[in-house]
Amino acid sequence: MNTALSWIKAYVPDLDVTAQEYTDAMTLSGTKVEGYECLDKNLEKIVVGQIKEIRRHPDADKLIVCQVDIGTETIQIVTGAPNVKEGDKVPVVLDGGKVAGGHDGGPLPEDGIRIKSGKLRGIDSNGMMCSIEELGSSRDMYPLAPESGIYILPADTEVGADAVEVLGLHDVVFEYEVTSNRVDCYSVLGIAREAAATFRKPFVPPVVTESGNGEDIHDYLKVTVENQELCPRYCARMVKNIKLAPSPEWMQRRLAASGIRPINNIVDITNYIMEEYGQPMHAFDYDLLAGHEIIVKCAEDGDQFQTLDGQVRKLDHTVLMINDGEKEVGIAGIMGGENSKITDNVKSMVFECACFDGTNIRLSAKKAGLRTDASGKYEKGLDPNTALEAVNRACQLIEELGAGEVVGGIIDICAGLKEPRRIPFHPDRINKLLGTDISRETMLSYFGPLEIGYDEETSQVIAPTWRQDLEREADIAEEVARFYGYDKIPTTLPAGESTTGKLSYKLRIEEKAREIAEFSGFSQAMTYSFESPRVFDKLLIPEDSGLRQTVVISNPLGEDFSVMRTLPLNGMLTSLSTNYNRRNKDVRLYEMANVYLPKSLPLTELPDERMQFVLGMYGDGDFFTMKGVVEEFFESVGMNGRVHYDPNGSHPYLHPGRKADIIYNKVTVGYLGEIHPDVADNYKIGEKAYVAVVDMPAMMDFTSFGRKYTGLAKFPAVTRDLSMVVPGTVLAGQIEDMIIQRSGRILEDCQLFDIYQGSQIKEGFKSMAYSITFRAKDHTLEEKEITGVMNKILNGLQSMGIELRA
Amino acid sequence: MKEQLEKIKVKALERMESAQALETLNDIRVAYLGKKSELTTVLKSMKDVAPEERPKVGQMVNEVRALIESKLEETRAALARKAREDQMAKEVIDVTLPAKREKMGHSHPNTIALAEVERIFVGMGYEVVEGPEVEYDKYNFEKLNIPKGHPARDEQDTFYINENILLRSQTSPVQIRTMENRRPPIRIIAPGRVFRSDAVDATHSPSFHQIEGLVIDKHITFADLKGTLAEFAKELFGPETKVKFRPHHFPFTEPSAEVDVSCFKCGGKGCRFCKGSGWIEILGCGMVHPRVLEMCDIDPNEYSGFAFGVGLERIALLKYEIDDMRLLYENDTRFLKQF
Repeated sequence: MNTALSWIKAYVPDLDVTAQEYTDAMTLSGTKVEGYECLDKNLEKIVVGQIKEIRRHPDADKLIVCQVDIGTETIQIVTGAPNVKEGDKVPVVLDGGKVAGGHDGGPLPEDGIRIKSGKLRGIDSNGMMCSIEELGSSRDMYPLAPESGIYILPADTEVGADAVEVLGLHDVVFEYEVTSNRVDCYSVLGIAREAAATFRKPFVPPVVTESGNGEDIHDYLKVTVENQELCPRYCARMVKNIKLAPSPEWMQRRLAASGIRPINNIVDITNYIMEEYGQPMHAFDYDLLAGHEIIVKCAEDGDQFQTLDGQVRKLDHTVLMINDGEKEVGIAGIMGGENSKITDNVKSMVFECACFDGTNIRLSAKKAGLRTDASGKYEKGLDPNTALEAVNRACQLIEELGAGEVVGGIIDICAGLKEPRRIPFHPDRINKLLGTDISRETMLSYFGPLEIGYDEETSQVIAPTWRQDLEREADIAEEVARFYGYDKIPTTLPAGESTTGKLSYKLRIEEKAREIAEFSGFSQAMTYSFESPRVFDKLLIPEDSGLRQTVVISNPLGEDFSVMRTLPLNGMLTSLSTNYNRRNKDVRLYEMANVYLPKSLPLTELPDERMQFVLGMYGDGDFFTMKGVVEEFFESVGMNGRVHYDPNGSHPYLHPGRKADIIYNKVTVGYLGEIHPDVADNYKIGEKAYVAVVDMPAMMDFTSFGRKYTGLAKFPAVTRDLSMVVPGTVLAGQIEDMIIQRSGRILEDCQLFDIYQGSQIKEGFKSMAYSITFRAKDHTLEEKEITGVMNKILNGLQSMGIELRA
Repeated sequence: MKEQLEKIKVKALERMESAQALETLNDIRVAYLGKKSELTTVLKSMKDVAPEERPKVGQMVNEVRALIESKLEETRAALARKAREDQMAKEVIDVTLPAKREKMGHSHPNTIALAEVERIFVGMGYEVVEGPEVEYDKYNFEKLNIPKGHPARDEQDTFYINENILLRSQTSPVQIRTMENRRPPIRIIAPGRVFRSDAVDATHSPSFHQIEGLVIDKHITFADLKGTLAEFAKELFGPETKVKFRPHHFPFTEPSAEVDVSCFKCGGKGCRFCKGSGWIEILGCGMVHPRVLEMCDIDPNEYSGFAFGVGLERIALLKYEIDDMRLLYENDTRFLKQF
């Protein structure tokens, strides 16, 4: 919300502060000033001058030479402006002064434009006559300004006076951020009340006087409210013999400063009231209201209605409408209809000043796809009490401005006014909540200027009806706090029972995963949790796969962000692709990424959110690099058992010959592999890429931070090397499983130290060499123990079709 | 015999003097002290010496032997030292050649910022907890005093799954889940991912992170809230940091505040970074609304508390001077390596 300081001062006449003081104090008392603009910025030495004489420039067709009386002297000014004539009074910037902008109305330079005496085509020019654009403003704010040319001041302006003052430009426009609970502050009066309380100056609201002729509106108009729940109050007044004209300059400027373009006296008055009271109003052309009747009721399903912006809106039975005797003439609280709007031919009109249900307006505005200034105010919930005063104020302005003849009387259909809320007042409890020691009297002194009453007998404070945010003690505590000053409240630390600071166990395991990934050269990525459903095609996920059962966002930012991921690969592959595309070499990334697996669809309970530890890589490294990181991680969280790898799992996005499920304690805890070349193509990754995914919840049960020391070996180890020829189909893991199983407790280690496949080995076989280490905890191994175990192993090898090499 | 010994001595010393290699010394040792050496021959010929002369000759022999031995050792040490020096001279390296480094990965700036925040609050006795990202409307809004139809709902453009389930638009629902599951004293922070329907640009992302804080106990005051956050700001942004509390509105706290910290770039004088104001807004906070406590079955007459919410990306962007939020989700390694 934007408002000129001069408008605030109209109600707080004693306010005398700089723009910065105002900004700081208002912000600290809860009316946040986002910024301000001084309208007289860069306007220096600008006075009212009167043109005494105009002569042609001897050497330039388009220039004229003017003698301008500036009160103290007469100066010569050369100008190219076409619109001035002798006798005109104009703003004149003197030698050494400053204007805000150029005559073209383009962006204003930060430091303005300095004006100096000089010669124009050989003729002395000792200043400049100013257009409204040069004064940093626009024709929107000053509709009387010519389209291009010097601004002509009223004939009764005093020559030599400060022209900036005359134009009302010694003003500041403040921009406020009003919070949604303070609907009363979406108005100049509301902010003025806060300003008066903040600076402890008297608040002088406008005095609304009686208006209207001897007639009675009831003889002209009938109003029926069919749905009082959605329309707690409907006030109507009438104006006839309308004389459309521009509104006076003071009103135009106040509106323009608020960002509202002045149009004519009637429209301007409705807008003025909306700004002043925060109460929207609407004006209907009386002669266009069939049956001279207004009926407030809901639309029928399927109704279509043309609003006064020319758009056709679709309605349903929940949308509250204003009707005349025959048809719909406005969407209540949002926008009037094309069929009843005020035109230049208007003779009589009806002022509507109503209160509508906020929630209904909010929903209707959504349905109609139309949010207006009015709906924005209504949806926060207005005080029905305001409507009556606001409409009377509007009629008072009609009379003051001579815009028409106000018909006597008012139609006021009111379902019941809000009663001021009473809230118990316990200064001790407020102090206890704030940690302060503020006296009861001091607290009460804050309430007066806010018009919060106090009932001595019952010890209750009484909140004015426009303060719908004041409901209970905590709200009163906030009023105390903000006028005492948040900055004056002491700073302490919570006392009381101490608590243990810690990370949850899950977070500690995740921290370990991050640590190991980073030690292994992987950097942390973060990607979005939602993605396109087309991702499944890119990843070659079959049509009937359960992974395609997703949590779907009903109002996504677009299809690309519409489903919650059920597997974490798209983010990783997209990131690898980005890096590949940017020619980054040897990229290693990891992510801690949730996937969201619905328990049933449509969703009735929350999906299973499973944290996935995802590793991705291209460049230096291979399948076994990934395997190494996974095993390092497992070991770091106490999973020292043997990890099994099963190549048979179904992972369509992985290379069919280079993939494995990761199995720990017979539980599948993840998978890894090379990305399927088709998928790599889909993501435009031109190198072999690898991923590993650990399903954190699946492994969580096996993790532990417990550690136990086992004594260092005291007895010697014995090592036996086995060199063998192995059928191609036998996996190293199978050989190791056999060795482990047959060696019993004396096996210390079993390491593959050579593997070869090629010319010296027969087709379909590979050469492998293991080094097996035996050791007993409690004695030196004897030869026959080792021979016994080795024989078992050799038998095992034989049964697997494995031959020893000579 | 004396002359013979003298000759042996001189010869041995001469050879040692000219020895260049350690192996030569061994030859000298064998030649002069070995079983077949001249000295041994002299000793063997002792039987020919008159018995009364023997001790004298013996002593002379021993003196010569001792002298040769000590000289041998001296020469050996000198040669060894020289050999090592020669070796080291050959081993001189160019110390300015490039380092061989283990290629370590890097944490995401969000994670680094979060770790700092967690460290601060864990040190103050807060437990770090989590809550679901796909959340019930009830927790994200209703129990936070934002019933259906409340205007505050429009301030956060929320992604809905259906009428009752949504993507949480704030970490505040974790407050409710915590209060429902534990009894005071409660001191938690809850970091996590949140979602709002904002199109991607340099300052917006539809998915970002918040850190929620909640303290519930007897006698918790607004002053405690101020003290806690002032401490936090000093730890995070440096001991000179000043904190400003401004009244604000959140439906689930009352009184509520927004918190600015003095610009850590210019120290509050005003610069491009803080848009000239000297202050940077970093978080929202307030005393937990009594209705929220009631809805979680905590008696507001007995207990009070405060809550706060910080935008993690905001802190990361500010602290590390990252000028475009999109960088956080692109995962370009040239970006990540800087952290």
